[in-house]
Amino acid sequence: MLATQTADYSVKNIVKSFGGAKALAGVSMSVSAEEVHCLAGENGSGKSTLIKIMSGVHAPDSGLITLAGKEFTHLSPRQAVNEGVQVIFQDFSLLPNLTVAENIALPTNILKSSKFIGKKETKKIAEEALGYIGVDIDINSPLLETSIASKQLIAIARATNLGVKMLFMDEPTTALTRKEVKKLFEVVDQLRKRGVAIVFVSHKIDEIQEICNTITVLRNGEVVAEGLMSKFKAKEIAMAMTGSEIATSRIAPPLSKNSRALLELEKLTSINTFDDVSFSISEGEIIGLTGLLGSGRTELAEAIFGQYPVDAGSIKVDGKEVTLNSPEAALASGIGYVPPDRLTQGLFLEQSILRNIVAVGLDRQRGRWGGVSKSKLAKIGSSWISELRIKTKNPINPVSSLSGGNQQRVVLAKWLSINPKVMILNGPTVGVDVGSKREILEIIRDRAQAGMAFLLVSDDIPELVQICHKVLVIRHGKISKEFSDKQISESAIYKELN
Amino acid sequence: MRNETVLILAIVIFSLVIGSKSPEFFTLANLFDILRSSFVQLLFALGVLIVIISGGIDVSFPIVGIFAGYTAVVIMQKFELDGESLLIPIVLAIVIGTLLGGVNAIAIAGFGIPTLIATLGTAGIFRGLMLTLIGSSFISDIPIALDQFSTADLVKFESAAGTLVRLHVLVIPITIITILISLILSRTLFGRSVYALGGGVEPTRRLGISVKGTQTKIYLLAGALSGLAGILYVSLQRKANPYDLAGSELDIIAAVVLGGASIMGGYGTVFGTVLGVLFINLIKNNLVLLGVSSSWQRAAVGALLVIGITLQAISESRRNKRRRALSESEVDSSE
Ligand SMILES: Nc1ncnc2c1ncn2[C@@H]1O[C@H](COP(=O)(O)OP(=O)(O)OP(=O)(O)O)[C@@H](O)[C@H]1O
Ligand SMILES: [Mg+2]
Repeated sequence: MLATQTADYSVKNIVKSFGGAKALAGVSMSVSAEEVHCLAGENGSGKSTLIKIMSGVHAPDSGLITLAGKEFTHLSPRQAVNEGVQVIFQDFSLLPNLTVAENIALPTNILKSSKFIGKKETKKIAEEALGYIGVDIDINSPLLETSIASKQLIAIARATNLGVKMLFMDEPTTALTRKEVKKLFEVVDQLRKRGVAIVFVSHKIDEIQEICNTITVLRNGEVVAEGLMSKFKAKEIAMAMTGSEIATSRIAPPLSKNSRALLELEKLTSINTFDDVSFSISEGEIIGLTGLLGSGRTELAEAIFGQYPVDAGSIKVDGKEVTLNSPEAALASGIGYVPPDRLTQGLFLEQSILRNIVAVGLDRQRGRWGGVSKSKLAKIGSSWISELRIKTKNPINPVSSLSGGNQQRVVLAKWLSINPKVMILNGPTVGVDVGSKREILEIIRDRAQAGMAFLLVSDDIPELVQICHKVLVIRHGKISKEFSDKQISESAIYKELN
Repeated sequence: MRNETVLILAIVIFSLVIGSKSPEFFTLANLFDILRSSFVQLLFALGVLIVIISGGIDVSFPIVGIFAGYTAVVIMQKFELDGESLLIPIVLAIVIGTLLGGVNAIAIAGFGIPTLIATLGTAGIFRGLMLTLIGSSFISDIPIALDQFSTADLVKFESAAGTLVRLHVLVIPITIITILISLILSRTLFGRSVYALGGGVEPTRRLGISVKGTQTKIYLLAGALSGLAGILYVSLQRKANPYDLAGSELDIIAAVVLGGASIMGGYGTVFGTVLGVLFINLIKNNLVLLGVSSSWQRAAVGALLVIGITLQAISESRRNKRRRALSESEVDSSE
């Protein structure tokens, strides 16, 4: 039914290159009202670029854009907005220094070309917009102080206010918890029922299947599959994206019997957050830590990295008891930590990829690395680029020219390059496509085989099953269950979680 | 604690300290003197405030000011314009200031040159142009209206102690301009675009705000304010010296930053800037009373600038901590 309906919004044969590299090579796609259309593809396959073209951020080299029956060869952002196109960007594109109310109302004022802005009217616009999507957020607080989930909803509220008819959502769920995702999906579904055409980009295949009606799969800037969502199985989507079967078998490397413990937690407690947590990770061991958000898992990880206060208990690194009251202290004793919201925290976007990779090494280990020459650093950086398969034409390009998933790899490279004894990864494959996910797991495996100890904090249960020697489930701040080796299975872990 | 509150406290404490050393401090005459010396600085500071909120910095304003003020006087004399008119030189100076602001706008919005470099460059160019093309000599016989305006007092009487108490009439127009700028910043699309720009260039562009258009307006407005400040300076000093005002960027920028404008852009209020200007003037005019030699004034203002920026960095990191605490409590309540 949906497929035969005339498309309200479409692109035809869109070509777009960035300095010789083709990001899109003749892409056609159409989306109609009351449809949630999935745009899937590997990192760097051109999804964000296509969105930017349909919303007037980039002009295509050739091709035709049709919005609500009107044809364009290229658009300005203003034209796109006038035709009802709205984008929730990966970084939300909100202004941290303004209040929630103003973030929602300012674009409406711009659209109406009103020269003067009343405080009352601003609040009214914001309240109406939030009411429309049925969420309750304090509109007077500065945006800077709202959570990522709220920012997401604020961005949606803002879009609805502008008479949205087509809404692009570029990886909206990467930083959300399961519960927040549910809320988001309710809002999306509501918008769809009101006749909004929605394009949804995500690397989480179960989410795509849950919310989308139709799908277009891109690979290297070309459409490789499209159709009704119901016609695709999860495996087939992954296959279309990568062009090959993705292995999901367990690849946890064998552990040697007499390896020494690199990290030992003894009754670690932080009042009201986590309680009496004890476990140890030995050389080459990969331990998974999962739990619902609010279970204390991120806080525990941060406590080990000296970023969260500890009230009782002890931490030993490589047999020595340490006091970790700052990230510097943790780094010095050999602990590395990749935070979950690294897209906003970990990168210098306008600096080169190379520089970003060696940044931690330089800043944090100056003493040890003091004498390393520039060319050697470039060499180290380049070897990481090839090892993590970061998709770029030139390592001296700024990180901002990379696709989202490749930016994530830069952060990983940056932390792996300092070669800590114990590496804590919080959501290491968030925003990474299914194919690359496996590659990243393989990199973790190889590092583990070389002796690095890993603590993997993740929501992604299949990933934990594939790589971990042991999976800990944390619940209300306590380790509620421990699965090792043969006991590790997706169903068992899900059961413990819910 | 809000920046403004800190400043008010600092002003009160500093006043008490000085007042305890020298009783003349707490007189109306002294208060009016501080106000008088603040007028010109406040006009400059308002221009700088707008630039800083937008995420830029302007170091060309003192030269724009004196260029406009000096050139207006030169034009008045050369073309024998009506020396009785106060309006003509003021309008001339504002036009000249706006034109020079336009040059800044071309460099910044047109060519995308970073604001510090652009205004550093134009400051050099303007200065060179003024000294070679307009003139380099001190003018002491400024037009009569300008000269008389320097003593146009709103209230004037002799106090019981026998000192002359004078409040200059400028207090009215300056107050109006200050309120106007405050309204522009808080209530107009242009004003909010200035804040948006300081919050992030890319998100602002995506909102459909013209970044170049907004920047152009900012530097034109800053130029106009500097031009006005320049001619008022000439009037109050009763002389036009092309070498004046150079070096005053330190005082003004320090005042704006102490007033709470973030050098990273995005934050700042007119009220804070008013307080900042008053505070800097208080310090500069009265350090001598504390036995600090006047040659230390610049050092003191420089130190204040550094302190102001340090305080900003500290409150920034505190804000981050609060955000963490907040997102944690949100998580807790959703469980
Ligand atoms: N501004 C730019 N300059 C140069 N190259 C760019 C630019 N924007 C995108 N690219 C390149 O275009 C290709 C497609 O990028 P795009 O961001 O569309 O990928 P994506 O499908 O959104 O990936 P991800 O899932 O990682 O977000 C990538 O190879 C990227 O490096
Ligand atoms: Mg993308």
